[in-house]
Amino acid sequence: MNDITTTGLSEREFKVVGTRPPRPDGVDKVTGRARFGADLFLPNMLVGKVLRSPHAHARIKSIDAAKALALPGVKAVVTSADFGDLPSEFIPAGEMMVNYRDMTRNIMAREKALYAGHTVAAVAATTEAIAAQALALIKVDYEVLPHVIDVEAAMAPGAPLLHDTMFTIGADPKPAQPSNVAKRVEFALGDIAAGFAKADVVVEREFNTAPVHQGYIEPHACLASVSEDGQADLWCTTQGQFIVRSFCAKLLGMEHARLRVTASEIGGGFGGKTVVYLEPLALALSRKSGQPVKMTMTREEVFRATGPTSGSKMWVKIGATRDGRITAADALLKFQAGAFQGSPVQPGAMCAFAPYDLDNVRVIGFDVVSNRPKVAAYRAPGGPIAEFAVESVVDEVAKQLKIDPIEFRLKNAAREGTKAAYGPKFGPIGMVQTLEAARAHAHYRAPLKANQGRGVASGFWFNIGGETCANLLLGEDGSVSLVAGTPDIGGSRASLAMMAAEALGIAYDKVRPTIGDTGSLGFTFLTGGSRATFSSGMAVIEAARDMIRQLRERAAKIWEIPLEQVIWDDGSGCARSASGSAGEPKKMSLAELAAAAGKTGGPIIGNAAINAQGAGPSLATHVVDVEVDRETGSVKILRYTAIQDAGKAVHPSYVEGQMQGGAVQGIGWALNEEYLYDAQGQLENPGFLDYRIPVASDVPMIDTVIVEVPNPRHPYGVRGVGETPIVPPMAAIANAVENALGIRFTRLPMSPPRVLEAIDSAGAVAKAA
Amino acid sequence: MARVFLSGTLRQLAGGASQIDIEARDVRQLLRALGERCPELAPHLESGYAIAIDGEIFQDAWFAPIRPDSEVHLVPAIRGG
Repeated sequence: MNDITTTGLSEREFKVVGTRPPRPDGVDKVTGRARFGADLFLPNMLVGKVLRSPHAHARIKSIDAAKALALPGVKAVVTSADFGDLPSEFIPAGEMMVNYRDMTRNIMAREKALYAGHTVAAVAATTEAIAAQALALIKVDYEVLPHVIDVEAAMAPGAPLLHDTMFTIGADPKPAQPSNVAKRVEFALGDIAAGFAKADVVVEREFNTAPVHQGYIEPHACLASVSEDGQADLWCTTQGQFIVRSFCAKLLGMEHARLRVTASEIGGGFGGKTVVYLEPLALALSRKSGQPVKMTMTREEVFRATGPTSGSKMWVKIGATRDGRITAADALLKFQAGAFQGSPVQPGAMCAFAPYDLDNVRVIGFDVVSNRPKVAAYRAPGGPIAEFAVESVVDEVAKQLKIDPIEFRLKNAAREGTKAAYGPKFGPIGMVQTLEAARAHAHYRAPLKANQGRGVASGFWFNIGGETCANLLLGEDGSVSLVAGTPDIGGSRASLAMMAAEALGIAYDKVRPTIGDTGSLGFTFLTGGSRATFSSGMAVIEAARDMIRQLRERAAKIWEIPLEQVIWDDGSGCARSASGSAGEPKKMSLAELAAAAGKTGGPIIGNAAINAQGAGPSLATHVVDVEVDRETGSVKILRYTAIQDAGKAVHPSYVEGQMQGGAVQGIGWALNEEYLYDAQGQLENPGFLDYRIPVASDVPMIDTVIVEVPNPRHPYGVRGVGETPIVPPMAAIANAVENALGIRFTRLPMSPPRVLEAIDSAGAVAKAA
Repeated sequence: MARVFLSGTLRQLAGGASQIDIEARDVRQLLRALGERCPELAPHLESGYAIAIDGEIFQDAWFAPIRPDSEVHLVPAIRGG
């Protein structure tokens, strides 16, 4: 049974916000009208395909495409020679730091192929069959080099070196020799040694997590068309059309204004569609051939060549007093970045102990390259990995102290005013509220049977704001077109339309939201960091206020009274003359003002272009029951309750959907998902048959409890919810399995063979004893 | 004067200083003054870091105000997925 309750803490009374209207894109999605990345077709369109390195690490000595180009139907071939080299420097792109030297080498290998699947060349031809035939005719002369996959093997002295110019940033002293360690980060507070000296109980453990893919159902796809005068259109599945434009313009030496990028509907992204792979190739092929070029990845290409998140090796140590107060917490995180620097070890280190109020804490992290695809963001990048380790040890400390795990977390929970290990003090946050809601939930008191166990874990994610634009266009009939710049991944069009309706005082169905292309709005950072509803919502509310100001001006002109005597009644969506103003009380509806717009000054458009600040962190606590089959090692999820502080939940159903989706992805991460490599560095499971993500029959209905601790820096209290729900599941499930079996799993995934092996080993040990 | 707290890599680049008092009315003035005080830090300040002023994190916000008694932390900019 689904068990959804909302704990309302908001002081403001809302009319639209907090309700559950149908999503505006719903009908198109269920009838097949919605157009995704691969759904656009143009006359004379070519098919683009990619030649990928068969080697995990190899020097490219030469590429000969003459035979491919001679094949009838082949219109263009591109290699690294078609992309200018770019210097190694980190350049801000929105809120991202981008090293274009790495990016130009990731989209197309230059001196070396750095992973099996790395793009080496691309072809455009009249049919897919001819393109595939052409790929086979391209001759690449490789010098195969030793490779390294594992993070600790990559850090070891004498490991095969991916980049001979990589010297560890943040190491003290500065290293004299290059290595595969791109960066060392450290966050510390207090005196770690003194903290452990005060502890009555100390637990330390090592952990391993496997690289996992975001698992979006829609593969990468795009369609590019470059005209003879250098103007270009690009249609693609992405989390950010503006950053695609920035990246492609830089990689291809184009002016931003000459490249218009349109975001298609998106079949999942989860962070994996915040980077470019095919898009610059399709543009380059179109520029060279003079025809539109469409490219789509196969599932195998998605696995072999696009960014999963890091695998890791971690160590965590926590000490606490008998009364349950943590005195010190220490962690060492080693994250795989893939072929180029940029693992999420930094945010992972910042998230690791963030749910807790600690006096003495230290986290050290290493960003390590190896011969795997470059990692891309994945929901709360770094957080789930770090908190799997931390929340497992927290649970073990509570167990040793014989304190209920929720009680233990409450004794140490971060609150408003708590100083985070990474520096600043928290504003209002909901860690305590999520724990109290978990403790009060019927799930937490439900009886368990043999081989069943219950686990709890908490999680944290920062949430972000950033550059955001939105327009509200008033139609002649009083309906409103809303144009936002953040692609809608999880129902944000509904949430934005609701906030516009709330601010204007009109019905939800009078607002029609769309996602604008890069030619119709100012730069808007991508949908990621749980920012779309927060930042675009803030922009929409500001655009509504801009529109209201204009509506009041028009009414003042019509009534021939001063502007200050006109008020906007957001209860009825009307302009009214203020009480005490001259003459009879006056009133005009939005529709009446819209009809008169032409005569009173022209069209009315509400604009907002902001850099949204004040994002509020979101915290969550999850409770899960599992049953372990001792004969097969299979772990079944019996019951799952996700509790999260959403700030104000604008559309509770889509907040719940985010919480449920994050929990399910976490279940897959915990129990089944992992990249498997053979001795040659080849990925052995590049498909959904062998890389098993959860399906509906694997999971129960995920119960949710939305806790609302409004964010005081957002007009409606919004925080952002998309990422936090994937942070607690792995630890919650490991804690539940430990509760069921008495065996602590420190390696993910807890797949049936691994669980069975652990049960057998524990049995053998018990028998020997 | 606002008190600026540095940790990790930034502390190393600042010659080991974990706290520096800076007179600044906004983020841009603070970054400028900090870069002048610690030249090795300067190239890292304009990008890659967010500024937490009295607990609230600002990213790319030159004109966010800083009070004379503000507590300022430089923290790595957050992206997210």
